[in-house]
Amino acid sequence: MHIAIIGNGATGVAAAKRIRQLQPDWKITLISGESDYHYSRPALMYIFMGHMSFKDTKPYQDHFWKINNIDLLRAWVTEIDHNNKKLTLHQKGQLTYDKLLIATGSKSNKFGWPGQDLKGVQGLWDLMDLRSLYENVKNAKRAVIVGGGLIGIELAEMIHSRNMEVTFLVRENSYWNNVLPKEESMMINRIIRHEGLDLKLETELKEIEGEQNGRVSGVVTNKGERIDCEIVGLTAGVSPNTDLVKETGIDTGRGILVDWSFRTNAPDVFAAGDCAELVTEGDLRNVIQQVWYTGKMQGKVAGEVIAGQDSTYDPGIWYNSAKFFDLEYQTYGNVSNVPVQGEHNLYWEHQNHQHSMRIITRNSIVIGINVMGLRYRHKVCERWIREEKTLDYVLDNLKEANFDPEFYDKFEQEIRHTFKEMAA
Amino acid sequence: MIDAKTLEYDFKEEELGFEEPFKQEDVPLTTGEKISLGLVALGILAFVVQLLGSPLQGTWAGFLLAFILPSIGASLYFWLSYKDTVPGIKHNNNYYRSLLARGSLGWIAGIVMTGFYILLYWWPKYLEGGIRMTDPLSGLLTGGPANQWFLYGLLYTIAVTVFGIRMFMKYRHNRYQKIRTASVMFFQLGLAFIIPNVLKAFNQPEYYFSYFWPLKYDYLFPSSFSYFMQSGSGVGMFFIFWGLMMTFLATPVLTYFYGKRWYCSWVCGCGGLAETMGDPWRQLSDKSTKAWRIERVLIHAVLVFIVITTVLLWINSSTSGSVFGSYSFTLKKWYGFYIGAIFSGVIGVGFYPLMGSRVWCRFGCPMAAILGIFQKFFSRFRITTNGGQCMSCGNCSTYCEMGIDVRAYAQKGENIIRSSCVGCGVCAAVCPRGVLKLENGGTYKDRYEHSDKPVTAFLDSIRHI
Repeated sequence: MHIAIIGNGATGVAAAKRIRQLQPDWKITLISGESDYHYSRPALMYIFMGHMSFKDTKPYQDHFWKINNIDLLRAWVTEIDHNNKKLTLHQKGQLTYDKLLIATGSKSNKFGWPGQDLKGVQGLWDLMDLRSLYENVKNAKRAVIVGGGLIGIELAEMIHSRNMEVTFLVRENSYWNNVLPKEESMMINRIIRHEGLDLKLETELKEIEGEQNGRVSGVVTNKGERIDCEIVGLTAGVSPNTDLVKETGIDTGRGILVDWSFRTNAPDVFAAGDCAELVTEGDLRNVIQQVWYTGKMQGKVAGEVIAGQDSTYDPGIWYNSAKFFDLEYQTYGNVSNVPVQGEHNLYWEHQNHQHSMRIITRNSIVIGINVMGLRYRHKVCERWIREEKTLDYVLDNLKEANFDPEFYDKFEQEIRHTFKEMAA
Repeated sequence: MIDAKTLEYDFKEEELGFEEPFKQEDVPLTTGEKISLGLVALGILAFVVQLLGSPLQGTWAGFLLAFILPSIGASLYFWLSYKDTVPGIKHNNNYYRSLLARGSLGWIAGIVMTGFYILLYWWPKYLEGGIRMTDPLSGLLTGGPANQWFLYGLLYTIAVTVFGIRMFMKYRHNRYQKIRTASVMFFQLGLAFIIPNVLKAFNQPEYYFSYFWPLKYDYLFPSSFSYFMQSGSGVGMFFIFWGLMMTFLATPVLTYFYGKRWYCSWVCGCGGLAETMGDPWRQLSDKSTKAWRIERVLIHAVLVFIVITTVLLWINSSTSGSVFGSYSFTLKKWYGFYIGAIFSGVIGVGFYPLMGSRVWCRFGCPMAAILGIFQKFFSRFRITTNGGQCMSCGNCSTYCEMGIDVRAYAQKGENIIRSSCVGCGVCAAVCPRGVLKLENGGTYKDRYEHSDKPVTAFLDSIRHI
């Protein structure tokens, strides 16, 4: 049995490992045109800023793949022929498989802005983008980053670390407030400005202007302002990368359509991770998850299904984390950016604006937790939410979840006090 | 279809790596920074002038100019260069700096530091000029002239203090780092510099209360016992008592409660230097499993070496040399030369800019070996990981000075229980997702999957070697 996996990111690797655990003798080929070895995509920024070398971002030592008998193939797949179970590789012939997992991840959104293909315009997703950034920063003085999300702020931090000016265009009236509630979002606005970035809220990109030689020279915003720049970072979200499967007979919507065991409509073809769109019965929207953690979890389940097990993906309690310059953020459960009817919002923020906590309850049951500038225990928060603990219970046991380093100031007492008063 | 530009991409990221990206000019140095660097330069100048035979040599003025002035200058520089930055992780450009990334400056620093140790151990006469400059302080503390060890102790203490200030500033958002740094600065200045020298002024043996057997290997040698006894009074007896207590009682008990860190990154002078002056080079430690294998063999071999040497010396002394004769003395000499001087000094510190700050602590120190055995099998200390939050970025492994591949555990959600971990806490500090935490847990249950009992866990682990 030969399993081919397209994409050596978090999902592809999680699947390969799981298949190997369950099927010691099957042949597994992990294919990527991007890199020889699996590396940590979220660590791209640290390579650029000089915190780590590329080699440091590889989660497994090179001998891991040999020991686990997982074949690595550096090639771009250009065609999937699922009727004959055959892949065409760019300049490297063909590869037959018995089962195929597509884990091609995401690609940066481009919304058809005038000038979006000029030199100096780029997203930040993969090593190709990182390499172009090396080219694009040469002699650059200012960058304009378009889109207030997680990747945008990383790209801003990277370019800023090279002593360049950064202007940040955010469509919303506060950074990332289509995900974060107002107060948390405002904490980040403050950080961005404190770091010396030019944050322009409620400002959209209208067009990108170029020079004769095809290079970017500036942008024009919807407010008519023209900003000179040599780099434009397009970080207005990502979409499932379905380039490879279009017109192959494999169904796609926004992503590659799969059931909750990651099967596509084509026999023995699976898709998981960022590129997959999980089809949901009934009125609910289909699910597309595009973070590292879900990629890993989806890959693991897809691996089980491919290896012959009867597994179904259970996303569990949502969680995510990020770091905005030096401000850490963790979220557990359901925290929506705007108040939802029937939900109760409790919010505490330290007067120095460096720490905050939000607890969301519904009928006095805790359903979501946000922390900024605080570290909380994943397992404890998840248990509280799963076991539907009451607000009182959570507040009385808050200390149990604190995960900050030793000797750090503890705010639990203050938070408990504040929230009890609010709830009363 | 995949676009043509993507298909063209075939960068050899493994071979070529990523070079330093273009950078706009750095903010020019402030007047304060220039002045502080000027003080350092002035100090170096004063040092050289005195080496060439200025009458300042041996005077307080000469001492202050050559040692204290540049220390103040460097401390001031660190303070000024960090004070206006946003508190947080400060590792930008580490891999682009020649001095910090094994570039030519790094090699020069390694050679200079190694050279200093070689002179110190074998040709101290070339350090004579520097030694004489410390006479005023030596006179004040010990009542006598300085020797090369006084100069060494002074430079060591200055390095820990000045770079300790750098650590305070670099980690001023992190109280664990600040307290720990204050601790190593206190133990170096007080217990490893002032007290031993003042003891000399009172005609007592020069005793270091912060070093114990087997790191300070001769403290449990029979010859030291008789030497301490000779000092009359109760002081010598107390030294012997202290040494035995620390080695056989405090070490296991404190390690049980707090892990190896109570010593290695809070008290020890070698650790103190590694955590302060060595901090800029911590990322150079080798994280491969091959290095881990070498580490386990070497460090335990050194431990066996010193244990055998000590036991033989005692057998020899209690049988008046009738069993092993001079053989035990030969071992003692070899240990002192190969391990005490070459390994812990020349390689241990001289190689900071090439192999990271903990070469000796990781590969050689027998004290670390003992503490490590306790930590691995009988300690409540471990680093816990935060559920599924790890995204495998590798900052923790990169900045582990002991070369532990922290990420290998974190990405599986496993606790980190490694004998070599000195508990410096930097992995937890650099983690961008809040995944790691140093903890003194209450039970064995969360340390060992299969057993709640330390002895069973111990036997279990032996079975898995």
